[in-house]
Amino acid sequence: MQVVRSHQSHTSFSSSTGSVSATPTLPLYRSAPELEVRLEDFESFAIDRLRVLKGISDGLSRGKKPDEMEKLVNELWKTNMRHQDSSQVLNKDIISHFVLRLVYCRTEELRKWFLSMESALFRHRFRNQTAEAQRAIMEEFDLPCKAVSNAEFESLKEKLGQVARSIGHNLSLSTADAIYYKVPFEEVPELVAGRKVFINQGYAYVAMNQVVSLVATIFRSLLSKALILTNRKWATSIREQEQHRLTPIVEALCSSYLGPDYSQPKEYGEISLKDIDQLAKSSFPLCMRHLFEKLREDHHLKHAGRMQLGLFLKGVGLNVDDSLAFWREEFSKKDYTPYSCQKIILSTPGVGDHHGCPYRHFGEENLRAALSKMGVNSRAMEDVMGKVRNRDYQLACTLTFEALHAAPCDAGINHPNQYFSDSQKLLKAKKDSSA
Amino acid sequence: MTRQGAQEESDNMLIDEPQLPQRAQIAALPDEFNPSYLKLYYSKLFPHSDLYRWMSYGNDGKHPGCDSSYLGRREFSYTLDNDIFVRYNTFNSAAELENSIKEKCPLKIDIGPIYNLNPANRNAYAGDNVLTPVERELIFDIDMTDYDDVRYCCSGADVCLDCWPLMTVAIKVIDTSLRDDFGFRHILWVYSGRRGVHCWVCDRKARWLTNEQRAAVADYFRVYKGNENSNKKVTLMGQVLHPFLARSYTEVLKEYFETKLLTSQNILSSEERYEKILDMIPDQSIASELRAKWQDGRRSSSAKEDINIVRWEQLKQLLQRHKAQGVRRCVEEIVFTFTYPRLDMEVSKHMNHLLKAPFCVHPKTGRVCVPIDPNNCEEFDPTTVPTLTQLLEELNREGFRSDVEGEWNKTSLGNAIKLFRSSFLQPLLKSCKEEMESSYNAKLQQSKNLLSW
Repeated sequence: MQVVRSHQSHTSFSSSTGSVSATPTLPLYRSAPELEVRLEDFESFAIDRLRVLKGISDGLSRGKKPDEMEKLVNELWKTNMRHQDSSQVLNKDIISHFVLRLVYCRTEELRKWFLSMESALFRHRFRNQTAEAQRAIMEEFDLPCKAVSNAEFESLKEKLGQVARSIGHNLSLSTADAIYYKVPFEEVPELVAGRKVFINQGYAYVAMNQVVSLVATIFRSLLSKALILTNRKWATSIREQEQHRLTPIVEALCSSYLGPDYSQPKEYGEISLKDIDQLAKSSFPLCMRHLFEKLREDHHLKHAGRMQLGLFLKGVGLNVDDSLAFWREEFSKKDYTPYSCQKIILSTPGVGDHHGCPYRHFGEENLRAALSKMGVNSRAMEDVMGKVRNRDYQLACTLTFEALHAAPCDAGINHPNQYFSDSQKLLKAKKDSSA
Repeated sequence: MTRQGAQEESDNMLIDEPQLPQRAQIAALPDEFNPSYLKLYYSKLFPHSDLYRWMSYGNDGKHPGCDSSYLGRREFSYTLDNDIFVRYNTFNSAAELENSIKEKCPLKIDIGPIYNLNPANRNAYAGDNVLTPVERELIFDIDMTDYDDVRYCCSGADVCLDCWPLMTVAIKVIDTSLRDDFGFRHILWVYSGRRGVHCWVCDRKARWLTNEQRAAVADYFRVYKGNENSNKKVTLMGQVLHPFLARSYTEVLKEYFETKLLTSQNILSSEERYEKILDMIPDQSIASELRAKWQDGRRSSSAKEDINIVRWEQLKQLLQRHKAQGVRRCVEEIVFTFTYPRLDMEVSKHMNHLLKAPFCVHPKTGRVCVPIDPNNCEEFDPTTVPTLTQLLEELNREGFRSDVEGEWNKTSLGNAIKLFRSSFLQPLLKSCKEEMESSYNAKLQQSKNLLSW
């Protein structure tokens, strides 16, 4: 990719040799294109794509269902990835992806996030391709799938339906579900191992949604390897070479992230330890309340718990008192950002740990007890438990918030510090209005 | 529990319990197996040339497409006297193979994979992991001891005609699936000599499967997930069964369970045994109802009918009409628990796993590892498989009668070798020849195309 200054004219050609764009609408990003890009496009294309990826991230963390996500992705893409010159749409797609690779290749955490969002994006876009385009992509990925003819489908319909029902997918007779691909069984070992496909005479009959999974997995693994290589290239040559031009743009792009920045806590002034007891009762989300109570009880928390609570308190604005020696060693070294709900939910507390997300990690009885202690009434309790059973942990926390504050929380809870600040806002407003 | 004990217990429990039938058992006679007999066996009876032709997969011919290094890259290992185990034996010709076996007289011969290079040269190359398997038959090992929790007639190394049907079931289920589902054609089933069966899938596609792909096939076949802690070791999820499981159930498992194993194993005849079944029923009220019916031991229906069959009918009546699918499914789960094949997953998953060669003699039983015809597997009787002593006696008897085919044709081994050739080796070699010719012709065509530029 060649980046040129804006006063230079830019030419556009379609993707170069090597990276065979399998379809006119869904590139596979196999190798960097030989295009010239204007410097301001370099940045603006990337920002537009980033909005799409962050929108996806947001949607996922709110636990949106697949069809909601489908709609969301389409909207995000349409809104952000347009270009006034329609011949440039594909280039914008490709360029923005490769710029973001540079931005997100640099740490494990960034790579993971980028991988997840790009894979989700790819998955949804793949679903919307024509059958012909899908087959071309599968070929590109060395998945020798053949579409099952109507005649063959009719003769196998009953067995295919049986397999679908045996794994909990109800095969409706809609056209979308009637699309099956035939592939030698050894190409899809995971599906064979789980008896998730019908196999006959050496061929596995793969349903549409399974194909999407396979393709997405391959996409993800290719991108994962590419990111590692990009990181190496960045570290060894690009960053240095581009230090006056692209590097500052890339580094700036990285720090524009998901939501409000909780790493600079200035909103409520400094809070001291004795204030915390009261605050914990009124405005801490359950995960932090639990940790704080345990800290009070045992005068000790294991490392993971200290991290989760400590970073949260930092975000809250706790004055890290020198007397709390065990905080000091944690935070003198590096600047950490308080954990988001997504991160907390994904943690794995073991014996003797108290971190993690109670909606996920507590057993039902313990959770009910904890919520009741917080003051959640029995009706709300059932709604919350319903969300928990559905694994919508953040929605459960949102409902808890709404029940305790008797006010809606439309944005949903994504971050313990968000819970805290929203809670404080509401309480302050109440105090002001009653004064 | 010994056979004797079981009989007494059942007699005490029920008034009209019919006499348990006599069962022949395979005796493990210590002097059945004698290393000097083995020498005679390898010299006169063991089918060396058949083994050679099989292992060559058509590369022993004169066709230009033949790979002369092929056989030499196959590992054979020997178990010798005094538990000496020798790996990485390789041979480049039929004569080398035959002479080595005759000379070394191994107690057991194992066949390993085909490596990327001749294992004999493995130390000539620097670096670790230079030797990698590139081809290997897809193999399965089914051992009766894995069924010890569902057979009451024998345990451990013993096998009898009452529990052998479990192997018959395993062969039918797996063989059908390998052919119909996976499209394999060149499948050899072999009696392991004592208490199980081995399966060799020799199609080219099967030989080239990676470890991951082998594991996938093994997992496809896997149903039983037992350990000591779970009551229920078979859980069949989903509204309906996968077609493979459904077919296995309706074509094989149900019939064998209801017409053979139920009675021969006395699965419901005593409290200890029926409690095991009742433990698998998720609905306590049904379990209690059945327990109440069975506990007093009196029977309202005809005394002539086998108690197991009567009780099974009662159980099915209650379970199959239940509104919860998990309860209805229980009937199938019980049948699967008692009949469905239990494979040794590790054997199938790794290309470098060694497996005993057919026609070896089992040192503990003296029986020859003969092929089993899957189309007639219900006729196979492990108690009548020729033993080494028996074969040598037959040889002696037939004496100086010369036989064009080979000495084995004078003995009971004759049929086994003929079966091996007609149902397995010949079709396999024919197929190998065809593949070799077509692949060679394709290459020729390719190079012609290139040259024509």
